[in-house]
Order: sequence, then C-alpha cells, then structure tokens
Amino acid sequence: MSAPNKSYDPVEVSALQPESLERARDEALAAIAAAADLDELKQVRLAHAGDRSPLALANREIGALPPAGRAEAGKRIGAARGAVSQALKTRQAELEEERDQRVLVEETVDVTLPWDRAPRGARHPLTTMQERMADVFVAMGFEVAEGPEVEAEWFNFDALNFKPDHPARTMQDTFFVEAEESGLVMRTHTSPVQIRSLLSRPLPVYVVAPGRTFRTDELDATHSPVFHQLEGLAIDEGLTMADLRGGIDAFVTGMFGAGLRTRFRPSYFPFTEPSAEVDMQCFVCRGASAEPGGDPCRTCGSEGWIELGGCGMVNPRVLVACGVDPDRYSGWAFGLGVERTLMFRHGVEDMHDMVEGDVRFTLPFGTEI
Amino acid sequence: MRAPLSWLREYVDLPAEVTGRDLAEKLIAAGLEVETVDRAGADLEGPLVVGEVLAIEELTGFKKPIRFCQVDVGDANGTGEPQNIVCGATNFAVGDRVVVILPGGELPGGFKIGSRKTYGKLSEGMICSVSELGIGEDHGGILVLPADTPVGVDAIGLFGLRDDVLDIAVTPDRGYALSIRGLAREAATAYGLPFKDPADVELPGETAEAYPAAIADPSACDRFVLREIRGLDPDAQTPVWMRVRLHRAGMRPVSLAVDVTNYLMLELGQPLHAFDRSALTGPIVVRRAAPGESLETLDHVKRTLDPEDILITDDSGPISLAGTMGGLTTEIGDRSTDMVIEAAHFDDIGVARMVRRHRLHSEASYRFERGVDRDLPLYASYRAARMLAELGGAEIVPGVTHAEAPVEAAAITIPAAHPGRVAGVAYDRDTVVRRLEQVGCAVTGGETLTVTPPSWRPDLTDPNDLAEEVIRLEGYEAIPSRAPRPAAGQGLTAAQRLRRRVGRALAGAGYTEVLAFPFVAAKDWDDLQLPAGDARRTTLRLANPLSEDEPLLRTTLLPGLLRALAHNVGRGFGDAALFEMGVVFRPRPDAPARAPRLAVDRGPTAEEVASVDAALPDQPHRVAVVLSGDRERSSWWGAGRPALWADAVEAARTVAAEVGVELTVKQDRHAPWHPGRCAALYVGDTLVGHAGELHPRVTKAYGLPARSCAMELELRRLGEPVTPRAPHVSTYPVATQDVALVVDTAVPAAEVEAALRDGAGALLEAVRLFDVYTGEQIGEGRKSLAYALRFRAPDRTLTAEEASQARDAAVAVASERTGAVLRGT
Ligand SMILES: [Zn+2]
Repeated sequence: MSAPNKSYDPVEVSALQPESLERARDEALAAIAAAADLDELKQVRLAHAGDRSPLALANREIGALPPAGRAEAGKRIGAARGAVSQALKTRQAELEEERDQRVLVEETVDVTLPWDRAPRGARHPLTTMQERMADVFVAMGFEVAEGPEVEAEWFNFDALNFKPDHPARTMQDTFFVEAEESGLVMRTHTSPVQIRSLLSRPLPVYVVAPGRTFRTDELDATHSPVFHQLEGLAIDEGLTMADLRGGIDAFVTGMFGAGLRTRFRPSYFPFTEPSAEVDMQCFVCRGASAEPGGDPCRTCGSEGWIELGGCGMVNPRVLVACGVDPDRYSGWAFGLGVERTLMFRHGVEDMHDMVEGDVRFTLPFGTEI
Repeated sequence: MRAPLSWLREYVDLPAEVTGRDLAEKLIAAGLEVETVDRAGADLEGPLVVGEVLAIEELTGFKKPIRFCQVDVGDANGTGEPQNIVCGATNFAVGDRVVVILPGGELPGGFKIGSRKTYGKLSEGMICSVSELGIGEDHGGILVLPADTPVGVDAIGLFGLRDDVLDIAVTPDRGYALSIRGLAREAATAYGLPFKDPADVELPGETAEAYPAAIADPSACDRFVLREIRGLDPDAQTPVWMRVRLHRAGMRPVSLAVDVTNYLMLELGQPLHAFDRSALTGPIVVRRAAPGESLETLDHVKRTLDPEDILITDDSGPISLAGTMGGLTTEIGDRSTDMVIEAAHFDDIGVARMVRRHRLHSEASYRFERGVDRDLPLYASYRAARMLAELGGAEIVPGVTHAEAPVEAAAITIPAAHPGRVAGVAYDRDTVVRRLEQVGCAVTGGETLTVTPPSWRPDLTDPNDLAEEVIRLEGYEAIPSRAPRPAAGQGLTAAQRLRRRVGRALAGAGYTEVLAFPFVAAKDWDDLQLPAGDARRTTLRLANPLSEDEPLLRTTLLPGLLRALAHNVGRGFGDAALFEMGVVFRPRPDAPARAPRLAVDRGPTAEEVASVDAALPDQPHRVAVVLSGDRERSSWWGAGRPALWADAVEAARTVAAEVGVELTVKQDRHAPWHPGRCAALYVGDTLVGHAGELHPRVTKAYGLPARSCAMELELRRLGEPVTPRAPHVSTYPVATQDVALVVDTAVPAAEVEAALRDGAGALLEAVRLFDVYTGEQIGEGRKSLAYALRFRAPDRTLTAEEASQARDAAVAVASERTGAVLRGT
C-alpha cells in the first residue's frame, strides 16, 4: 500500500468531490455489468477496483484533506468502493455460473477412450505364491531359510537318511552334475535346506524354505522337471505329531480360511519317521461334493479332499547327522508343492502355462496373490 | 502291486459285503497308498457257462473260415439241447471245453449277445476268447479249457472273472506289501480278523540234499535253497484261475513252470527261479563275478559282468544274475521236464547296484531291493514244487539244499511310552504291545520293551519305526492339533525383502515375470555371440539331461528370457517386456573334483561343511529384462515409442533404486549387445551388469524383432540395501540456470553431467539434461547438450549472482574435463 501524501494540494483533492466519486462508481458499475466473461471481468476488476483505479487513487488523497473533512470523505469513498466490490462479486458469481453451465460442457471429452500407452507388468504367480505361503509361517514367527539349487548329495540325500543304493534314493529321478562322481545334483527337494538350517542356526529352529527343485520328469500337463516346494521345519524340545498337525492346520487356516479339517495318512519319507501325507478339506465345497447327492466340485474332483503334501516327525537320524541331540530335541517337517497349490487354488489346468512365460497367463495375477 | 480282492480273501476271512473300495479305505488309513480300485469284470453279464463242442460244420463260400458248432451247455440254456453257435476261430476241436456266452449276456465293453442270423445260420451265443472275457491278450483264438472242466457251470464264478483289484503304490520301505501275504496281513489287522499265512505250510522232515549248492560270499547271499522236481508234463496248461489272477496282477502267462514261480512270488513276495536241470553242470556256487566274466541273460543281452555282481554259477560259469535275471543257457524251455527251483535271500544293496549297473529292472529285483522275508525260501520253494506236482504231474525229488550264513535278529529297546511321546497322545503299554505284535514283532519287558521285528520287516530298525507302527494302527486321526509356538522370528532378511521389492518395481515398470528352466545349450553361447573364452561359456553340465540339446546349466538368464520373449512374439505379443530373477551357476575354478560324502552318524565340523560347499558352484541371484516392439503404443494421444536401449538401462536403474544406489553408466562392447549400444553398469568401481540393444545377429538367432533390448545384472554386486537418511528439505526458493554445452560427439553425456555436478558445488540441487542437438549450427562431429541446473541453499534465498557463479563453476569443470564450450560463445 502506498503512503499518503504529506503535502497539501487542493487540485488533486478534487478527486474526492462527490460528483467525481459517483462518476467513477457508475463507470465501474457499468463496466462490470458489461463484462461478458470471466476474463473481461478480470480486466474490469483491475481497472475499477485495482491499485490504480480512480477510486483507489482517490482513497490515497484522503490524507491531504484537512482533518475535519477526512471522515466524511472516507465514508463516501468507502460506500463507492463497497458498491463496486459488491457488484464485482455478484457479476463474478453470475459469470462462473454461466461458465459452469456452458463452457465446461463445451469442453466435454470422451472419457471412455482407452489408455494403454504403457503396458502393465506382473510377477509370476509361482513367485507370489511362494511368498504368500511362506508369509503365513513368517507371521507365526518362522524365518525364511534358503539353500543352493545345485546341491551336494550329502545334503540332498545322505544327511536326510537316504541310504546309498536304497530305492528311496534311486526313485528320486535325480539330475546329476558331471562328472559322474562329482557328488553334486540338482536338488530334488527343498529338504536339504533343513540340514543347512540345523547346521547354521541356533536351536530351537523354526524355518520355512520356499524354492526351486528339479527332477527328471518330462514336461506334461501335470509334471515339470523344474518345480517349486515350500519346506517347513520346526525343531524344539518336546515337539510331537500334535505340533505337526497344529502347524499344518495353522497353514490351512492362513491360506484358505478357518474351519477346514485336515487328514493325515501314513506314508514314508526317509527323513521323517513317522511320516504322513496330509489332505485338507476342499475349501470350495467343504467336502459337500463327496456327500451323496452333492453338487460336483472341480477343485477337488468331487473327492471332498485336496492333497496338500508330505510331512512327518524329523527322523532322529537326521538330527544326529546335524549334530543335534535327538534325546533332547525333536521336531516336525513338511513339504508342500507350490505348483499344486497354485493349480487347485487358482484353477490352473496345465503345467505348461506356468513354465512358458506367456504374458496372457501371468498378467491377471498382478503383483500379489 | 495289483491285488485282486478274491486273492486276499483266501488269507483273511473278510465279510462277504466288503468291497474293494471298502478295503482300500482301511488300507489307506493304515498307510498303504491305494491308487485305484478296478472293478474287473463288473460289466460282464451271464449267462456265461462252460460248454463242450459236440459238432463242427465248416461253412464254405466265405472269405474266411467260418464254423457252425453245436455246443453242449448242460442245462444252462434251460432246454438241455445243444446250442447252435457260429464261430470264426479254428483253434478248437470236437470234444473241447470252451466258455460260451448265451443270448442275454454281455461282454466287457457293452457287447450285448443275442440270437442272430449270420452266414446263413442262426447263432445263439458266442464262444469266447480270453480278450473278450477281459482276462488277457490273445491272437484271435478262443479259450480252450482243460478237459475235466465241468460242463454247464457258471464260468464267472468258476474262474473268478468278476473281481475288485486294488492297485497299491508301495513305498520303498515296505517290501512285505509287495505280496498278497503282506497285504492280507494288513487287511486282517485293519478288520481285526485272524490272518492265515500262505507261507505256513508243513515242510517234510528232509535230511537229504537236493542239487548241490554253496554260498561263497555270505555278504552277497545269506540263504540259498534249492529243490528239484522231475517229470513235469510239458503239455500241462496253467489253470484258468491262475491265468486270470496273473493277468489281474499285471503279469503275462508264459508256461506252467514260469507261471507258478510268478504266482508264488506275487502271493508270498519271494522271487523264485527255475533252472533246467539238464542244462546244469556241477555244483552251484553263489559268488561275486570274476574280472572278464560275462553272461547272456534271458532278454538275449550279453552282459559284461562287474566284480561286484552277485552270480549264480555252476561249472560252466555264470548261469544267473542273482535276484535280477536268469541266464539263457539254463532257461527252462517248452520241453523241459526236470527243474531245479531256487529260492534265496540276496543282499538288497547288491541287487540294487546290479539293477542300476545293468539297467535291468525285474519283478524279482524290485522285491529284493525293497527287502524280502529271509525266512521264506524253504517254504516258498516247497510250495512251488508241490504246485508243479499238482498242476503239472511232476514228481518232487526228496531232499532240499539249504546253504545259509547266520544272521542275528536285532532287537530294539524302547520305553513303552515312546510311541505316545512321538504322537503327542498317551497309549497304554498293552496297546503298544498289542499293536507291535499285530505287526509281527516279538515283544518282551515291562515299561521298557524289547522288540524283535519279524523277518519280513527289515525296515523296522529304530525306535521311531516302531512308534510309527503303533501310531498308524491306532489311527493318525486320533492325533490332536496343537498350535505352533515358535519364538518371535526376525522376519525376512534384507536380501529377501530386496528381491520382493525388485520384483514389484519391475512389474510396476511394465515387465512381466518369467520363470525359465535353467537348462541351456552350447549353441546358446554362439547365438549370443559370446567370444571364445567368455566366462559365461564355462558351465556345469548335467550327466543325465532331459534333452541332449540342453545339457548345460545357465550362467546367464538371457537364453531362457529370450526364448520366452520369442514365445510371446510368436503368440502375437510383439510389444513384450519380460523379466526374470533367479540364480545362475558358475563353476568355481578351484573347486575339488568331487564333493566329499560326510559321515551321518555325527554332526559335521565347520571345516567338513566348508569342504562340501567348496565343491558347489557359485550361485548368485541375477535379474534380467528383455523387451521388444513398442514400449509405448500409439493411439489417439499421439505416436508410440519403440523400446530402446535406454529402457533397458532404465530397468537397471529401477533395480538399483530398490537397493538405494546410483548406477554409473559407461559405454561398452559386450556380447550379446549391439557394440555401439551397450552400456556397462557400475556401482562405484564395481561392474554390476550390462544393458542396451541386442546385437542384430542375436535377435535373428532367437527369432526376435529387430532392435530388441536386454539388461542383466547381478544383484549382490549392487551391495547391501542402503538405509535411507532423511534429507533436509529447504523451504527457500529455487534458482534455475540453463546451459547448453557443445562437445565432441564421442564425449559421453554421463561424463559431462558428472563434471557439471562436481563443478557446481553444494548449492546444486539437481541437474537434468533436457535436450540433445546435432546439426549445422554447431558443426560436424559435435553435439550440444542442454542442461537445467537447479540451485538452492538450505538457509537463505540465493541471489542471482550466487546462482550464476555456481553455474560458471560447473561449466568450467565441464570444459576442463570434456572440452565443452558454452553454446553461442
Ligand atoms: Zn471341492
């Protein structure tokens, strides 16, 4: 704001004459009324209400009046400026309303036009499924352990109580690394991570190990030479098959929701004794498809149950091979198929879809599963 | 193991209403993996009866022989009159007994039988072949029955043509379950019924020896039994019921002698072998092979023997691979009448090794590998001799040869409470003892039990083995569920979190993840234009690859990714951006030739573990992207933009940003990239990877669109993820200065920018290249780089003069380092 004049100049004070003020006010009101759009009104505002407008300039002259006349002049200017300001406000509102009614409508575009300028990406559902499965256990307090994909036979077999030349070992369809006697294989399961965890971690040990595994199966709709497992291992004092069952139940609840039953069938793995195959109640039909008269269920093939994987109590021989005292510690372990889980949880029908890298298969899975 | 229900019923008196499915459920609960239950003959409908051919009239004038037969079917047709049947087979004669299906009956496959006019005659039924009855394969001939088969009786019941067959995947610890004997025992336990042991036959009290034999190597064989029969009728046929059972169990009938040994192997689990007595010379000896020996086996393969092979030999040399396959010279033939029957107990590992060495899998070796009851040979061989006597008119030669190496039965001591402690369920002592006894164990003791497993359970060696037997028979379903209670974990490691972030960031940047197989071909290295001696050509090789074309393990992610890219392009997705994150396999030059096999009866030392790990290849995680076609598509908004080398470099920056490090980019020449469009990526002085446009030869080799791009880097070389420090956010205004610098074309922009940064000093907030210009105005061989420099102070508003000074300082360093001159000066 400019400072008032200190000098007394009767000529300039004429700006404060009532007629001058009225004229300036009326010109302003006329210009405001004539403004056709918001841009014009902006110019009018500058000319008639801005710092250099007649009314603003007149206001500066108040200080030049003798003190007795100042109040009267101030009142007159105030009234004139108030009228202009009110008129501006009113006209502004009118013009904005008009713009809203007309101009914005004219600016309409077709918002249904597509926008696929940059392609979307996605993570592989086997990756996100491994994370999701592992996270159920991480949330319970397990840690995620890892191991190499080319593994020594000692870790993949011997330490896991696979005896040399036993069918349990020769049945594993193993990829051997040259030379013949290198003692190296493509790991046939994630179970060697059990051994690595017991050798490298302080007891008690609670770990899960998702990872890639290999067997000499030709690729077809239900087999792949490269597949994924989630291994779980709990070694502590006093663990029993009840804890194993509880661990599997907690996983089923975490992945598929509460209230699904699990079923254990005796089985055999060299590294667990006793061993079991575990099934869960179908999370879609909850077993109803297997009842007489039940609607068929594609997820479980109307069996009512879904095979989850293998599990058991860690064979004390495995603990011994890892230097863990089997009289003090016991534990449980399991192995779940990631492909299998993806297949029944998401309706994947052919193994080829998971290995070919076709973006049409992968994109719908996004970045989490 | 395929087990007909009728066969099991011989040794356990299952209630009549029990079906194959019912039994399967019980056996599954006891730990036998019943995969399927076939309802064999379920679609067979009578009347199906035994008939006698009374007359045959050969019909002429047809393209093939046709016979019009009168067959006596007794009262089965309700009239007692002979049945008129037209038949196309010729392998029977008047007087033969055959199987006849009468009108109203139905053969497997929905083949309904009626009376019909054919070849000018009324045919009222059909004479059946084995394949029509679903009990084997044949070559068009009909099934001719033994002459004493009673006419008119129901053939379905007589030969067991309708039966449930359980197909069981026996786990490799349970050799005993590879027999009707073992399965019937489990069935008896499951139903709480008594078990009749098919091996429980009374042996004659013999003192004489049969054919002489000795065990030379007790580690190869600890029991060897021979019995002899003489005068077998070479024309004696295998009875139909036995053929049916062999067929149901998945075996092909051969001859009576072979069929009997197979039948008893299936029933008892004891492999048997019959030698032609007349082909043997001198006493039999069980020994290992001598160097240079060979044997032609029954499959007509001449095999060079290994000194570890276990052999049955006579004076002529090897005559059989023990427990695996017999030799050709002593094979019983069509006319053999005198036989020596062998029943033995061979070392399981020895047999397993022979199987693998000679790639020779047989029903016998399958059982020996999994453990055969050592107590069976005397009984099994006796039953074989008796069956051949009964069915083939043979005479049993008195006496038995029994060579043996003593074996101690090992007892296991467990607390009676042990099974309960494993299960988390309390079982009382009596339950534990009862269950172990059901399995066949001898149990003594009180709270501490001394358990001697039965001869047919060599898999029971440890306390937990016994615990499993008790727990499975008591039922896994009885085990309660107790929630896990681990100590609080530390969550994911920094490296694990990083990999998840990198995956999300690349997906967010438009890349789709691929999980390619890690198998590559030597040709890939040529296709990638890798020079000889490139480190990526040094690979591990699989001894038994699935495809001989791809025997190598990848040292780079690119081959798999490029194949996946080609796959997508081929399916019509030419604008594709893919990524993979995974390990590569790099052999260590100093690795030992073989990974040591450590002990398993104790924990390894740290040095021992290190010695194993030293043999493993280095297996670092890498991340790579490939892209082709348009990175941005054209449409109503304007033109599209093809994928560029710069997108590949930017993908690397996206990854580096997740680690929290800046990449330095340098021009490079490195396969498989275009030599002029290849960026080497550095963090500090560490080379982390490469990015750019692919060499045209590479895109051609992989069938990709021209100008496809790729990036690959090794995650760990980016360093540990950086924990960010909060920056000071100045509230003072920015001062912007633009400079256009002219440099030689060969000067990398990155060097100019680095010089500007170094010269501008602490006031520089950011520098951004906003234009590159080449053209007449600046002359050939030159380019103009236009930068916007943003200056800001943390504590004051910068004056125009301060900003200009900082700009001038920046330009001065750029001039000094790169020869840059301000454009227009
Ligand atoms: Zn279902």
